[in-house]
Amino acid sequence: MMLRSDVETIAGWVGNGSKVLDLGCGSGDLLAKLSLEKGIDGVGVDIDTQNLTTALTKGLRVIQQDMEDGLPNFENTQFDVVIIADSLQVLKRPHAMLTRVVQIGHEAIVSFPNFGHWRSRLSLLLSGRMPKTKALPYSWFDTPNIHFCTVADFESLCRQLDIEIIERKVSGDRTYLAKIWPNIFAKSASYRIRHR
Amino acid sequence: MTAASRASSLGVIKPEHAHFDDVLYLESGEVLDEFELVYETYGDLRSDGSNAILICHALSGNHHAAGFHSEADTKPGWWNTVIGPGKPIDTDRFFVVCPNNIGGCNGSTGPASISKTTGKPWGSLFPQVTVIDWVESQKRLAQHLGINQWAAVVGGSLGGMQALQWSVTYPDWVAHCVVIAAAPGLTAQNIAFNEIARQAIFSDPDWCGGDYIDANTAPEKGMALARMVGHLTYMSADNMSDRFGRELRHGSFDPDDDEQPIFQVESYLRYQGSQFATRFDANTYVLMTRALDRFDLAATSDGDLARALEHASAEFLILSFSSDWRFSPARSREITTALLAAGKRVTYSNLESDAGHDAFLLEDADYIALLHAWMQRVAA
Repeated sequence: MMLRSDVETIAGWVGNGSKVLDLGCGSGDLLAKLSLEKGIDGVGVDIDTQNLTTALTKGLRVIQQDMEDGLPNFENTQFDVVIIADSLQVLKRPHAMLTRVVQIGHEAIVSFPNFGHWRSRLSLLLSGRMPKTKALPYSWFDTPNIHFCTVADFESLCRQLDIEIIERKVSGDRTYLAKIWPNIFAKSASYRIRHR
Repeated sequence: MTAASRASSLGVIKPEHAHFDDVLYLESGEVLDEFELVYETYGDLRSDGSNAILICHALSGNHHAAGFHSEADTKPGWWNTVIGPGKPIDTDRFFVVCPNNIGGCNGSTGPASISKTTGKPWGSLFPQVTVIDWVESQKRLAQHLGINQWAAVVGGSLGGMQALQWSVTYPDWVAHCVVIAAAPGLTAQNIAFNEIARQAIFSDPDWCGGDYIDANTAPEKGMALARMVGHLTYMSADNMSDRFGRELRHGSFDPDDDEQPIFQVESYLRYQGSQFATRFDANTYVLMTRALDRFDLAATSDGDLARALEHASAEFLILSFSSDWRFSPARSREITTALLAAGKRVTYSNLESDAGHDAFLLEDADYIALLHAWMQRVAA
């Protein structure tokens, strides 16, 4: 589940009328919002037929495909913005995805839950078990979230991949703390990135 | 027609005929001085003509897409699952038109029709028609009906090729385009299957060089064989295993049993072949397979499919089925990728199915729901 504040952050970053690709668009809530509020020329990618059908009832356009197939059907710089909202952690090869999205989009927007949040840390420290929270309720052995990372991890990966971070926004229990010390206090983080 | 099927369907439909006196110039360079189309319509055309949908049929299809031909009729039209009141192609909203293509054998001018010049059936002299020729003849039908734009052009397989052709030949005419289990052009393997089917027909002594009607016969054995090959390629291996396995229809492998063992699948294919041979014209089959073979959307753009589609203005829905190997999902993805590259509005879905190419004609909850959801954007 995406945090409401992340959705607003993303919507704030997408320019009016821009060409947008939403990877892992699910049932299309974000695309529908961006179409309504920003008049975007948008297309989604999702693997699930039920998601697709729901998105289609909203008048959206979706390509059914595995977003981890390397996205060979998209051309470099085909989109103004490529969005990966709340799905970086479910990917098998998140680093390959980041490399690809900054190719096909002039810019990419990535948001993910921050596994460095103090609740996750405290939970692991005290219980000695993989954390389960309201936002991340799965057991370690049966979860779509196979690649959790922290704000610090993500930023380090971007440096490694020669990806420039244009802007970062975080949301947390007390946003002023999250801003100062995001790796501990951010519940989730959103980034605007591009190829350096 | 059972009470249940009547409730969800259009009831009894009467085919209509239209005669066209203007010469139709064919892609082959030949001409048809006049031609007749048989067609069916479902629903009501709005006074501004804005809610018309064209259904293009496939190789062995015809104008009878939905409803029944009489109260006693037990078999509805070939796409009754998709067309009707409250169905994805909703006849409460749309005026649906489905013609039998020229070259067909169900009432439109074709090889079995009488030629005015000779007073005899056309037979071998009937000109080869192509997908482009069908689009031209369908446009004449539209004008005859007072339609000057299609809210959607919809087709599966060879019908999908016609829908694609419409979108590039007459972009202004096509607001929405639905291309199901189709391809931008056949592969060598696909052409090869068609050639085997044709050779099966030609090798029947009753083929008579295509003039079998004159000879008062029909190449039914060749046709049955052609259909067996075709039908086989429309199914998937898994689907055939599920339906037939290694089950025997007759006899046994017991040496004391006099009866030859016949597998269920043998019996099924023989039945399908012989049924088809009695209802379908051999010349039409040859002509339709050649039209399939010759279709190549990217031919005029040096094989660049995106360039071929650059003038299209329709919003597209491209559908494929996971187990379809005759018109594989990869071919539908080619179309989708080209449309994306050309900056067109497109949705693509590869539906899970074990029914092979035939899936596009079958009832499947996901397929119907997805098509229904997408069709909501087509303004009636």
